[in-house]
Amino acid sequence: MNLAELQSRMASAIMSPLTGSDSLASRTVGGTKMRAEVNELIKPNAQLTSFERLEIYSRSYWFRILDGLYDDFPGLVAVVGQRAFHRLARAYLTECPSQSYTMRNLGSRLPAWLEAHAGFAKPVLDLAVDMARLEWAHIEAFDGPARRPLGPEDLLEPGPNLKLALQPHLTLLALRYPVDDFRIAVADFSSEDHAAASNAVGSYKRRTLARRFRRARPEPVHLAVHRKENEVYYRRLDRGEFVALEGLRGGKSISEAIERALSDGASSIVYEELGATVEKWFASWSELGWFCVAG
Amino acid sequence: MPVRAVAPPTPKPRKSPKPASTISRNSGTSLGGSLPDFALSNFLMPANRFNGHCDYGIGIGLRVPHYRHIFEHKPVVDWFEIISENFMVDGGRALATLDRILDQYRVVQHGVSMYFGSAEPLNREHLRRLKTLVKRTKTPWLSDHLCWGSVDGRYTHDLLPMPYTFEAAELTARKIREARDFLEVPIAVENVSSYAEFHVSEMTEWEFLNEVVGRADCGILLDVNNIYVSSQNHDFDPREYIDAVPAERVAQIHIAGHSKFERYILDTHDHPVIDAVWQLYERAIRRTGATATLLEWDDSIPSFDEVHAEAHKAEKFLDAACSVGAR
Repeated sequence: MNLAELQSRMASAIMSPLTGSDSLASRTVGGTKMRAEVNELIKPNAQLTSFERLEIYSRSYWFRILDGLYDDFPGLVAVVGQRAFHRLARAYLTECPSQSYTMRNLGSRLPAWLEAHAGFAKPVLDLAVDMARLEWAHIEAFDGPARRPLGPEDLLEPGPNLKLALQPHLTLLALRYPVDDFRIAVADFSSEDHAAASNAVGSYKRRTLARRFRRARPEPVHLAVHRKENEVYYRRLDRGEFVALEGLRGGKSISEAIERALSDGASSIVYEELGATVEKWFASWSELGWFCVAG
Repeated sequence: MPVRAVAPPTPKPRKSPKPASTISRNSGTSLGGSLPDFALSNFLMPANRFNGHCDYGIGIGLRVPHYRHIFEHKPVVDWFEIISENFMVDGGRALATLDRILDQYRVVQHGVSMYFGSAEPLNREHLRRLKTLVKRTKTPWLSDHLCWGSVDGRYTHDLLPMPYTFEAAELTARKIREARDFLEVPIAVENVSSYAEFHVSEMTEWEFLNEVVGRADCGILLDVNNIYVSSQNHDFDPREYIDAVPAERVAQIHIAGHSKFERYILDTHDHPVIDAVWQLYERAIRRTGATATLLEWDDSIPSFDEVHAEAHKAEKFLDAACSVGAR
């Protein structure tokens, strides 16, 4: 058996989902009998069988990546509940194992996966998908790339055909629920929970929070998730502001982006106040450092 | 519209595997026995080409829970070891924090996911980002593990044990040379703790380590705790391992705590160093001379002062090595 074959077979055994009691599965993902497979690869010793030795690695693998997902998506845990999250996390990680040298990217495919696997988040699918999108955007904002921002002085006379780029760490989200408020409540709860003397109080508060989320009514929210001075911020946007920014992100010129916002039926822009509104938008966006040179 | 801040996610990756259950912890068998005598010249060569000819002393791992203490109290620390992957990012707080550390301290990079032993080629994106970080930190050497962890682009984020075969040694050595040529910095490979052995192995772990570092002409990050853990799990004499390592290639030494279970030991980096590991450390230092030493503490991390004090227990062994060397 050469190195490539050994590693392929061992990885397949390690990455096979654990049983409900966190034991090594009886079959590999490929359907091979696990015990026979492991016996071929690994020596037993006086204390442990080959199966038990490989189980140490498999548990370590699953506990590590599950912990990683729990750490990165605390809002989603709160929305769907611990048990449902555990189920969906195992299913997601089975279908979408890490493809990166860093665990930072573990959840990059979770929002799209969740949308395509509605059964794992029923009856709060839209809320859960919104939360997953927000939490992935949060990770991108936390340590995503930043280019040199263009300040107000760079934009004094931009000209209608100037194409601006938005900071790569900034994500624009059109959400169906106010999950930004929920995510902040979860963060506040987590810091309180650390200080709480009683597990019972913490557990009660967690359940109360989860009930609050599940009773939430839909409320469209347009959000920019971004970073300023190494802090992650959630900034709510007017509909028109959001449409204009999406236009800029899509490569439209400033005039095209404004035109897009103006012609958007849902936008509340008053035509007579267009000049003042746009001026306010650009002043705010440039102050936040969102603009950079397209490139 | 108010602008609101929320807490950042935790940096990744973490290194130590997590135990499935706790049975008992932190007891060790005394290794006893007499220490071997070695040539005096060994003690005069702690700095070597594998650690950039640096005479670094005792360092500790840079960890998030200690940031505040470090910036507020500016403790005297000879050097910090960073986990490279935590800083191979495009921007944000991690890099800003690193820059503050670099202003005041010496830093050495330690990686957890290069996977020199994986049969697949090195990840070019990984190498590119690592080189960017090397330029930032000016690390005099960098280390990663003698292990594998990825297959067909899928990552386990674990330090999986190598089959000790000549084929694996050749491939691993080739990848280490390739990485060193690209990164333009000395590389040291670390022996890992392991919980499994392969039928296909053709040699002992220390023979494999020697095969790899000889073929790659690279350094060794000698983890004496990992040697202890593996010796208990695979029933070999850790002193034989220490004595077989080519002392002139040891660029750095790791010490750490572990967790003892009923039928095996896990390398958890969440306890003080046990006496048996200190004895191995002493044995290693007597062979290598005073070598850059780092305490790893990655889980259930106590206060900075506690970690610092634990690391400085290495001083008496280093001082002894230096005094022998000075005679």
